[in-house]
Amino acid sequence: MAITDVLAVNIENLGFHYSGNEGATFSKLNLKVKKGERFGVFGPNGAGKTTLLSLMTGLLSANEGNIHLLGLDVSKKNKAVNKLFGFVPQDFSFYQELSPVENLEFFGAWFGLDKPTIRKKTDELLQVLGLEDVRNKQVQKFSGGMKRRVNLAIGVMGNPEILFLDEPTVGVDVQTRHAIINYLMELNKNGTTLVYTSHQLSEAEGLCEHIALIDDGKIIAQDNLDKLLKDYHQDSLEHLFLNLTGKDYRN
Amino acid sequence: MFKLLATILKDIRVLWRDKMGISLMFVMPIILVIVVTNIQNSTFQLVSKNKLLILICNQDTGQQSKQLITAIDKIGMFKVSQVSGAHTEKTMTGAMHDRDALLGVIIPANFSSKVVARSKNAAGKALSGFGLQGDTLKQMDNVDPLTLYYNPVLQESLRLSVAGGIHSAIQLIESRETLRSLYFSINEKQMPEKLENDLLNNKTAINEVPVSKSGSHISPNATQHNVPAWTIFAMFFVIMSLGGSVVREKLSGSFIRLKTLPTNYLMGIMSKQIVYIGVTVLQTAVIFSIGIWLFPHMGLPTLNLPSDLLALIVVTFICGWCAVSYAICIGVFAETQEQVNGFGAISIVILSAIGGLMVPSFAMQGFFKNAANLSPMHWCLEAYYTLFLQNGKLGDVMNNVIPLIIITLVFQFMTLWGLKRKNLI
Repeated sequence: MAITDVLAVNIENLGFHYSGNEGATFSKLNLKVKKGERFGVFGPNGAGKTTLLSLMTGLLSANEGNIHLLGLDVSKKNKAVNKLFGFVPQDFSFYQELSPVENLEFFGAWFGLDKPTIRKKTDELLQVLGLEDVRNKQVQKFSGGMKRRVNLAIGVMGNPEILFLDEPTVGVDVQTRHAIINYLMELNKNGTTLVYTSHQLSEAEGLCEHIALIDDGKIIAQDNLDKLLKDYHQDSLEHLFLNLTGKDYRN
Repeated sequence: MFKLLATILKDIRVLWRDKMGISLMFVMPIILVIVVTNIQNSTFQLVSKNKLLILICNQDTGQQSKQLITAIDKIGMFKVSQVSGAHTEKTMTGAMHDRDALLGVIIPANFSSKVVARSKNAAGKALSGFGLQGDTLKQMDNVDPLTLYYNPVLQESLRLSVAGGIHSAIQLIESRETLRSLYFSINEKQMPEKLENDLLNNKTAINEVPVSKSGSHISPNATQHNVPAWTIFAMFFVIMSLGGSVVREKLSGSFIRLKTLPTNYLMGIMSKQIVYIGVTVLQTAVIFSIGIWLFPHMGLPTLNLPSDLLALIVVTFICGWCAVSYAICIGVFAETQEQVNGFGAISIVILSAIGGLMVPSFAMQGFFKNAANLSPMHWCLEAYYTLFLQNGKLGDVMNNVIPLIIITLVFQFMTLWGLKRKNLI
């Protein structure tokens, strides 16, 4: 899909710290993601990637500044904002006791979809993500890769305009990774803005057009990926990453 | 409405697959109600139908000790078994142990002679008081005391009632002897048997009537007491499944996703309330059905439902709502499944003890009597007892239902506050 000038995510002067000042802290952070972009947020462990996604999805509240999704203020806790986006958390976020169909039926209803739409969308997602054969089996008996696909299916159930993905391919085999990345590309072609974090930098390189590198709660680089590689004279995202964040362990 | 139905369906599916939770909510209370009713029924029958075995060692050879044994037998509480030989405390204890007897009595060797002497003395005093000359007014030794041995497992109340019964028997013997002495002193001949019986047996009868709101006479029994009480316990025991479900949802990733969806989590709380109130109503139906149809086959009294079934449904529904509200409240504040299980189970036992499920609240003293009012289970129990034991109507249980609703609303507000404080709604 063509990238427009409309901002899908607009973060201005964001300030945040956990109570007790533990974990990532943001101060005066600014970030813009255009509608239709495939945007990657990368950084070492503890840099604040998951915290930033939690702030963008309203799971955490900012201490300062504001976050707008397609013009709507996240801090207002308006449920209209929640209709704009889907979220695929790093952890499995569904009921393990239920089958994929039962999970999709329930989460679809909470997205505000009607029954016929839920049925249609469920069939479509299970088909695309290769879960048709196990549609009525309890998810707790699934492999890690199958659970990842269920996790993704629920995230896109509500036809979101923006999809936040927190390491959606962690711990999966090559086949599953390919299937997930291909599906995400397909979603983006159909207009969904992707905001993605991962430590799989080779995978991210193929998926993301624009990236932001964050470290210690600060954005240290943000631009078109090709431009950044050129500006920093690097041949891959991994080398750019190491060049900007260093080779020391992060605890 | 579709969202709510979908959420209810999800909760039913999750509950249905939680086999351990279902067994805790249904199987355990059923076992509990059957076991406790059986035990309590045995206690009821111990006093009313089954007689207590009492070993009597009569070291006396006189008539009065034989009359005493007959009088003890006539009380109706005891199955009298006489043991021969000169028993001491040690040998009596051994005999009681061998014969599985809870009680033992040793009648001392001089019992009859001392009873006769004491009666003559009492008669003499009486005659002297009337201005007549009696047999003797000399100072008498007291009759040597009877020794009652009892197994410490015997409850205090039952032991006191045993001692009271034996006292009555002794008093009867002494009164008879006194009367005989008086009659002989005045008339110089033996008292006619008919007159003696008339004088001794002409006691004021006690008519025992169980009172009820409706005026009908329902005899309380172990079933009428225990089935409602342990049904309430079962209802509150949903905390193990429901509280755990709330915590699991909070701790699992599913809650993170729920918070990002355009539906308020209160919808989830409402659904859980509906599903689990249904569970408590089902528990009640199952346990009451067991009381009605299974208990008679087990030799237990049948459960008689109150005449006002609407009141029974209303009370059951409100008790269930209160139990569910408590479970959700604890689930919201607990951080781990272990906290819910530990605190939930212990708090239910404490609330049931304070509430009068284990010891009647009328038997409590001071602080605990007032504390009973704070236990929701107390109000549940009072409401059920008004219906089951007093055959009350809906109007009669309002005094219990209103405090129960207030306590339930307190749990609901605490839940809302907890959810808000934790940024969950």
